[in-house]
Amino acid sequence: MSEIRLMKGNEATAEASIRAGCDAYFGYPITPQSEIIEYLSDQGRKRGMIVMQVESEVAAINMIYGAAGAGARAMTTSSSPGISLMQEGISYIACAELPCLLMNVNRGGPGLGTIQPSQGDYFQSVKGGGHGDYHLIVLAPASVQEMADFVYLGFDLADKYRNPVLLLTDGALGQMMEKVIFPDYDPKAHKLPKPWATVGKNSNRPPNVITSLHLHSDEMEKINLRLQEKYRKIEANEVRYELMNTEGADVVMIAYGLTARICQRVIELGMQSGLNVGLMRPITLYPYPYEILAKLSEQVNGFFVVEMNAGQMVEDVRLGVNGKVPVGFYGRMGGVIPTAEEILHSLQLFMKSIAVKEKV
Amino acid sequence: MSEIQVPTNGMEVVWEKPKTLTDTRMHYCPGCGHGVVHKVLMEVIADLGIQDKTIGVAPVGCSVISYNYMNIDMQEAAHGRATAVATGIKRVLPDKLVFTYQGDGDLAAIGTAETIHACNRGENFLIIFINNAIYGMTGGQMAPTSLLGMVTSTTPEGRQVETQGFPIKITEMVATLPGTYYITRQSVHNPTAVRYLKKAVEKAFKHQLDKKGTCLIEVVSNCPSGWKMNPVEANKWLEQNMFPMYSPGDIKIEGKLVEKKPTTTPDKKETKL
Amino acid sequence: MAVRGTVKVDIETCKGCELCVEACPQDTLAMSKEINNNGYHYAVTIQDNCTGCVNCALVCPDAVITVYRSSAKKKDKEAVAVISNVKGDLRVTIDNPNVAGGVGGIDV
Repeated sequence: MSEIRLMKGNEATAEASIRAGCDAYFGYPITPQSEIIEYLSDQGRKRGMIVMQVESEVAAINMIYGAAGAGARAMTTSSSPGISLMQEGISYIACAELPCLLMNVNRGGPGLGTIQPSQGDYFQSVKGGGHGDYHLIVLAPASVQEMADFVYLGFDLADKYRNPVLLLTDGALGQMMEKVIFPDYDPKAHKLPKPWATVGKNSNRPPNVITSLHLHSDEMEKINLRLQEKYRKIEANEVRYELMNTEGADVVMIAYGLTARICQRVIELGMQSGLNVGLMRPITLYPYPYEILAKLSEQVNGFFVVEMNAGQMVEDVRLGVNGKVPVGFYGRMGGVIPTAEEILHSLQLFMKSIAVKEKV
Repeated sequence: MSEIQVPTNGMEVVWEKPKTLTDTRMHYCPGCGHGVVHKVLMEVIADLGIQDKTIGVAPVGCSVISYNYMNIDMQEAAHGRATAVATGIKRVLPDKLVFTYQGDGDLAAIGTAETIHACNRGENFLIIFINNAIYGMTGGQMAPTSLLGMVTSTTPEGRQVETQGFPIKITEMVATLPGTYYITRQSVHNPTAVRYLKKAVEKAFKHQLDKKGTCLIEVVSNCPSGWKMNPVEANKWLEQNMFPMYSPGDIKIEGKLVEKKPTTTPDKKETKL
Repeated sequence: MAVRGTVKVDIETCKGCELCVEACPQDTLAMSKEINNNGYHYAVTIQDNCTGCVNCALVCPDAVITVYRSSAKKKDKEAVAVISNVKGDLRVTIDNPNVAGGVGGIDV
């Protein structure tokens, strides 16, 4: 039976993880996402999940490695500085192809930074983050509902591709309360067999070994080629995005997560001022929706990227647009959330600059 | 396999390589203690009939590819994180037997936090800790357990307290934690030591089956290449120089610290290597 | 009745560390004059006085020694060794003062 609740984003993620059949959670408290480990320490344990507060994020991510390698659905969550600590382990997990779910409730950096929301970890999330050539599947929820929904989707994608999945969200979405519907989800129907897991060798098979070490370079290259082949498959099949008001729009804004919500308001304000703007909201940040950008480039006069950072996703937008139309950018940093009004103001300046160029 | 077959009519096999060791030739240097410990560990797993329910965790160090030799399911951990990985495995598979196999750098330097906290939680697995007081894999640098005055490639004039601090007795440290149940220091330098080691490993696995808590076996081992000695000399050096600092014997039995006469404490006494 | 034993060495896996020679209380073992395919001298028995005490096998890091034992009566004269399954050329020299002739060489 599906159920409707009023919850914080962090709590919705925690509740969804229990319903998604997550077997084990290892984590370390950090603001603004400690509600997850608190919720799970109560509800998760009561409902059979292994929930452990451990000595560090470094230990937590390596416990995820162990548990995922032993065939469990495993999850950890943290915020920016903690996610930085986990990068070594994430690189090992990506190479050993262990399915697991990670969440970064992004806060302002660099350094210890601030506990306010930010999108400053975009590069770290979508370009690898640790050492070596690898990708996480990165999902960017923009509502409390999606903070829950993407947990099921994340676990399923992780199992399907034997790849770590990262939910990239921010402190505001983690802390805000909204209505959330928990659908029927039977983990048993979704969990895939894991014949590669280390559960004890039976006499019918050679030992299973979970490793990321391949000392011979030709062997290591083969592993890399296999990973790249998998990433191409993910890029072909798993791109997700949402379009709003893009039909006949002069300029299309591009924003994910919290900033995408603010840009919805910018569309409304723009209409009041006679501007015809739309929004493309990437849901998967890796794989990135480059194709729709190329398609929209044929229809619009420009793109306007809004982020809570110094301009990170805008580089991917430029790749997708490939110079066909101008790309503008507006960003705030250090935990500052831009208002719809200041975005609109900046957007108007951008549109004026395009018009000027067109006259020349 | 080329071999010299000696007539064995009427005789029974009293020792043979256990089936839990693979046929892959080990990459270790001649005389290295790793091989002996691998062999003892796999013998015990064969003797106890637990091959199908044991999961090992390999470290970073010379034994990084020990999974090529141990015929059981294994995971390769990042440097120092073996006990965290083992925690993940054991917590989701509590009825399986789990061990980590770690060197001195892995367990007592980069992985100190993971080691101490796994022991403090009383994680119900076995930690095998190989202490040869040197970093073998990277070419003979100082280990946290290197002896004072010991010459390594990063202490060319011998380990000095002023710059490198004291050798760490992490085994004694974790023995003070209530989560640990059986803590012992063994060795591999002669046949008697190997017999004791086997008994210790057996005991530790039985404790794990009974869910008693963390067991840690430190194995004082050699590094002929790193110490720049032949294996026979290395084992003699081990006895003369390692034992005064790392004295063999049980440190904690059935959750209780063993009363012991005071061992040599780290002082400015220097060791010639 | 003397306990009688013997050992079988996987000579291609032996790395010539000599720990078995050091551990043998009977001085039964010594290193070969020849080398194996990896360039190592390997352990050989030089005396027929093994008691099957297993010490050599315990200290062997590469598990190359299999140990046999029986409490049977003194053995009759018999072949000292049968060499089989050799890959490539191999020359084995056996020094054995207990066998008539003492030293023998075989080309395989």
